[in-house]
Amino acid sequence: MGAQLRLLRRRIKSVKSTAKITRAQELIASSRIVKAQQRMQAAVPYEREITRAVTGVVSNTSSVDHPLTVAKENPARAGVLIITSDSGFCGGFNANLLREAEALRGLLESRGIQVTPFVSGRKGVGWHAFRHREMGGQWVGFSRRPSYSDAKEIADALIESFKAEDGIDEIHIVSTEFVSMLTQNVVVNRILPLEVVETTEAPKDGPLPYFEFEPSAGAVLDSLLPRYVESRIFSALLQSAASEEASRRRAMKSATDNANELIRVFTQQMNQVRQAEITQEISEIVGGANALADAAAGKE
Amino acid sequence: MAKLQVGVVSPEREIWSGEADMVIAKTVEGEIGIMPNHAPVIGVLVEGGVLRVKRDGNADLVAAVHGGFISVAANEVSVLAEAAELGSEVDVAAAKDALQRAQAAIESSQDDADAQLEAKRNAARLRAAGEEV
Repeated sequence: MGAQLRLLRRRIKSVKSTAKITRAQELIASSRIVKAQQRMQAAVPYEREITRAVTGVVSNTSSVDHPLTVAKENPARAGVLIITSDSGFCGGFNANLLREAEALRGLLESRGIQVTPFVSGRKGVGWHAFRHREMGGQWVGFSRRPSYSDAKEIADALIESFKAEDGIDEIHIVSTEFVSMLTQNVVVNRILPLEVVETTEAPKDGPLPYFEFEPSAGAVLDSLLPRYVESRIFSALLQSAASEEASRRRAMKSATDNANELIRVFTQQMNQVRQAEITQEISEIVGGANALADAAAGKE
Repeated sequence: MAKLQVGVVSPEREIWSGEADMVIAKTVEGEIGIMPNHAPVIGVLVEGGVLRVKRDGNADLVAAVHGGFISVAANEVSVLAEAAELGSEVDVAAAKDALQRAQAAIESSQDDADAQLEAKRNAARLRAAGEEV
């Protein structure tokens, strides 16, 4: 067997085993997307209700004067929460996020605002550590399956540094929005100072009713607003988890397709080489036989 | 008589939703009972409270509710709990175990806030499951 033939056989074998791995990853990601989507769905009622409650409170109290809703006149420091993934193999997911985060950083710095990144997910943490960027906070280990306590932990840290005397004046969040299996968008939102996102649908029965508060409007707001921030972060984490799996599935699908294409090309080349070898052998045998026959004819 | 539309939700899932005649919850100001046509109200719930939903013809629905809010408007009651569990879903043995551990931690150090919270939560879980605490 020729050296070239052996080489091609070896390459085909190796590409085949790679294709097996990427195919398995693709299937795993597909099943995880479904679960991640279910978790996203399950979180919707809470988010809807808390948005309604916040809207109710805010529309009831004529002047909402809460530290979390008041925008400072000259913001000097901003925190940016970047939600990346823990593991790779997910195409451009993290690269897109970090590019958007860099753009936001440039925009804020051009306005004279100092930026402190808060990073969730191993990939983002590694990215910042490699560039020796100081992080305001880092969280890893839950990007595929975030729980509410993870969101709470992040929200607590953010709110604390927001409330601190010389802390950050505004908080932005860079995350990936899950639109569908095929479409995920990187979105940038400001979460603090709070802008209450009103539900798009108009209230069913006219204006919101006049609420009573237990114990008081201020106390309700005090505990309602942090919960609202937590819920926003939780929803961003869930959407990121689903988006991560979706882009992983896509990346692994194209990897499998590419591997199969490579196998096809290599098999073709291998067959060509093998055929050439056989042809050469036959012509050698025929040539040899002819030479022998000629030699025998010459003797007679 | 009008009915209440009740939804009990935690951040991770919807615990229960349906019609009811009366909802009893524990806010930081004390117990509050909501019947149909109640005035709109938003209340802050206590850590480790027990929520009771009275229904026609059915046994009461009992749930352990930890923190969060109750909001009532136009015969719609939503309970937004940071964590919640139906009484029927509580693992009684595990909750008892956790309660004992938390109480032991409280005895060893008086100002262990985490352990006190844990004790409150597990006591509520047991009460929701119909156990005497």
